[in-house]
Order: sequence, then C-alpha cells, then structure tokens
Amino acid sequence: MNSIIPYLIVGAIVFVLGIFTIVYKKNAVGILMGIELVLNSVNINFIAFAKFVDTGIHGQIISIFVIILAAAEAAIALAIILNIYRMKATVDVTQLNKMKH
Amino acid sequence: MDNLSSLSYFVPELFLSAAILIIIIVDLLLKEERKIWTGFLSAAALIISTFLIFQQYRLSASEIFHGMLVVDSMAVLIKLIIAVSTTVIILFSLPFIKTKSEYYMLLLITTLGMFLMAGVNDILMIILAMELVGLMSYVLAGFTKRNLLSNEGSLKYILYAATSTGVMAFGFSYLYGMTGQTNLFKIQQALLANPPQQAAFFIVMILILAGLGYKIAMVPFHFWLPDVYEGAPTPITAFLSVGPKAAGIAVLIRFFTTVVSHSAPGAALSFLQNLQVHIPMLLAVLAVLTMTLGNVVALRQTNIKRLMAYSSIAHAGYMIMAMVVFNAQGYQAILFYLIVYLFMNFGAFWVIIIMTQKLGSEEIDAFKGLGYRAPYTAVSMAIFLFSLTGLPPLAGFIGKFYLFSAVVKADWYVLALLGVLNSVISLYYYANIVREMFLRTTETQVDIPVSLYDKVLLTLMLVPTVLFGIYWNPVLRLTEISFNILR
Repeated sequence: MNSIIPYLIVGAIVFVLGIFTIVYKKNAVGILMGIELVLNSVNINFIAFAKFVDTGIHGQIISIFVIILAAAEAAIALAIILNIYRMKATVDVTQLNKMKH
Repeated sequence: MDNLSSLSYFVPELFLSAAILIIIIVDLLLKEERKIWTGFLSAAALIISTFLIFQQYRLSASEIFHGMLVVDSMAVLIKLIIAVSTTVIILFSLPFIKTKSEYYMLLLITTLGMFLMAGVNDILMIILAMELVGLMSYVLAGFTKRNLLSNEGSLKYILYAATSTGVMAFGFSYLYGMTGQTNLFKIQQALLANPPQQAAFFIVMILILAGLGYKIAMVPFHFWLPDVYEGAPTPITAFLSVGPKAAGIAVLIRFFTTVVSHSAPGAALSFLQNLQVHIPMLLAVLAVLTMTLGNVVALRQTNIKRLMAYSSIAHAGYMIMAMVVFNAQGYQAILFYLIVYLFMNFGAFWVIIIMTQKLGSEEIDAFKGLGYRAPYTAVSMAIFLFSLTGLPPLAGFIGKFYLFSAVVKADWYVLALLGVLNSVISLYYYANIVREMFLRTTETQVDIPVSLYDKVLLTLMLVPTVLFGIYWNPVLRLTEISFNILR
C-alpha cells in the first residue's frame, strides 16, 4: 500500500477500542489489556509516520522503546494485581472501593 | 553535541547511576540488622549529587546527546529541588524503614528519572523519563505489601497512569506525523515552516495535556491522586507531592515554550498556531477548576492524608495559574513557589508522619488537644498550615504573592481574584486542624514524647518556612538566574 491513510485508520480504531476496553472492563487484567491496545495503536502510528513522513527512522526507534515500556508496565501491574488477589480473592476493580468518600 | 562530549554535562546523573549500582551490591553484603546503612549511603549520594548539580550552573546552556536532553539553568534548579526533596524524604524514612534497602534504591531510581525529566528535549525522552518515574512510583505506593489500602492505591495509580501515558504517546505520534521530527526544537521549526491543520493541532495538544496533566494532577486527570495519597506509606505520600510534581511542571513548561509558543523578538507571547481556542484561556479555566475542586473537596475530608491530597491538587492549580501568562515572570514565580512549597509541605507531612505513628490514627479528630500534649510539634504544624494558606509573614505568602503579581501584571484580574478567593476557602480547612489542636481538649492530657531526631528535622523544615517569609531575596536571586530556558 502506498498510502498512509489505511495505517492511520487502523491505528485510530485500535486506540478507540483500547479506550473503550479501559472504560468498560471491570476486571483489572482486562483494563490492562486495554492499555496494551492503546500502546500498540501508538506503535502503529509511529511506524506508519516513520515510513511515510520522516526521512530517518526516529519513529521506529520510539516504537521499540514503547514495546519495552508496555512489557515493564504489564509486569508491575500484574504483580500488584496478584498481590491484591492473594488478599481479597478478586480482581474486580469495582470491589476495590475502601477509600471512596 | 555528540555523545562523548555530552558526558561532562551529565555528571550528576552518572554519579547517581553509579551510586545506585554500588548500593545494590552493598545491600547484598550487609546483614539484616545493618541494612539501614543503605539508607545512609543513599542520603550521602544525594547530598554529593546536589553539589555536583550546583557545579552545573557554570555550564553554558546546551543540548546534549544529539538533542535528547538539554542542560539549562531551569533544568539545574529543578534538579536541585528534586535532589533536596529526596534527601529529606530519606531522612523522614530512616526511623521507620530499617530492614528494607529496596525502598532506598527505588527512591534513588525515581530521582534519576526525575533528573532526566527536568531536561527532556525529545519525544522519546519525555515518554521514557516519565515512565521511569512512574514505574518506580507504583511500586513505592504499594510498598506495604500486606496493607490492602496501599495495594488498592497502587493499582489505581498504575491503571490511571498507564492510560494517560498511552493517550499522551498517541498525541506525540500525531505530533511526529505532522512534523517528521522528534526533537522539540526541530518540531517548533517545522511547525513554524509548515503550519498544520488547526483542529488536528488542537486535538494533539489536548491528548498530550492528558499525560502531562496527570503527572501534576490537573483537574480532569486528578482521580488517581486522593486514593494513592491515602493508601501509600506516608513518607511516600510526601515524596509524591513535591518531587514528581516539580519534574512534571518542568516538562509542562518545556512543552509550552517549544511546541505551543515561541519567543518572537518584541512580543510578550506568540503562539505557533493562532487557534480558535485561546490557549491561555484554556489553561486559565483548567487552573481555576483545579484549585476550586481541590479546595472545595478538601473542606469535607476527615482523613488528614486525604485532606493533604486535595490540598496538593489546589496548589498545583495555583502553579498552573501562573503558567497562563506565558512569560519569564510567570515561570520564575512557579519556580519560587516550588522551593517554598517543598519546605512547608514537607514540614506538615513530617508532623503527620510522626503523629499518625504515635496516635495510631489518620483522622483529623485524633489531633484533638495536640497543642497541650506536644506543644512544639503542634505550633510548628500550625505555622506550616498557615504558610500553606498563604498568610503573612510566612514563606507561603511570598510565594503566592509572586504567583498573583505575575498574573495581575499580565492583566488577568478575574483569574487572580478567583485565586485569592480560593486561598480564603483553603483557610477554613487548614484552620480547622489548628482548631482541633489548640481549642479542643481530650480527657487524658498525656504528653506525647517527641524524640530529638524528630525535633531536629522539624526545625530544619520550620526555619526556611519562617525565614523565606522575611528574607527571601536569595531564593529570588536563585530563581532569577534559573529561568533561562533554552528554546
């Protein structure tokens, strides 16, 4: 394909799906998957722009770093979720409301 | 500047990285009861790096590592504030955390991330530095593993933060698409040469503001803050309220001075894009919303940590208010306020740390009659709270005075008025704590013993809070030489 438009449309659709997942999921792991979708849409955009707009490869380098960040974030988030599951036996974020005033 | 010659501009960060590695090794060699030595070592490393940062004032402002970072005097001042704040937090934590050396390492790594945030100049570095600070903060917020509140706060923090970072990165990807550049200066030049479509630029700005606003708790993105502050161990709450906020403000100022506005000769403020939406007006509305929400919700809090959380949202609002004027005076006022805020806020938090430990409760009711049970601590707390309100002759007053005068000089009278009204609202809830301490009494008037270490630290915070209210010229000079932003 020689046009940037399809890439951008896919990127935008993945981004919106990610945001909807974050907003509607009650399961903490589900929300985490939504975050991964958002970060992947960022990667699609960066790579598409690197091919069609930039003369260099800045965008591709950024997308590699974003992949690593997503992994690090998932590792820490899963550790926290696991810890909560040990104490409460649930990963439903609506149940975690001990501090609402 | 190429990588090798950049190294001499990167000395504090290199030193801190080496110190972290050494402390990790030292930790392996120490026995359980001696682990506290890693805390002492971390404090020493930070004090040395503070001196190294002072040396950087002599360097000429320049881009380093092929434009990834900049070293200018604003970055140096922000790094100073961050190094001092982390040192104070380590001193706060030493009596409570004696066997867990990971805690001190995480604090040092966060500090390294914040040093990078102070000088970011590239999209990649903004994302990386903010994530380095973020990832360590999530772990620190959930540090008390067995405490459900702490874990709950930590989970909310990581979910909100990761979402905002993702949204911000999405905005950056479009900014990259518009310009084909990742360096902020080059983005500015590209935007000046080929103005992009207005609506697209506006959307990009909003997306990026979502990420930067979450870091300093600007209003539509503040939801994580109260829960994290309440759940986190109290020294970490204090830590999150100053260091990351200063770093976030630095990134925000850099973003606004490169991508949004530019320094045209003669004009006070000129924007790259003459958007339909007036950008200062947008910021002014956000600032008013931030401080009003912070102050109004703080009125009905009963948990003191949660109250301080909303108060910190309100103070972020005051700082965003000065950003509206888009000139050197506004930025200078923000830097001045950050210095003052460090001392008064840490002072108040130190009283909260020692007293919640001794009273065994975080409710404001528990402070009842404290003025008679621990007089020195209670009087200091009153001074910190009045300084946070902005009553003369305390440091908080001078800080707020400069913020408001920057706003008034740029003819934003309504904004300044709303800011002053907000300060009046804040008097109510701060004075309420003072009233609990001095005008209420308990049946049992048992003295609360406060150790010498606690008193010394309290005095260390108290002296600048009072002194900068009377003699603030040195601090003003420091901010004056520090608002040279490379742009």
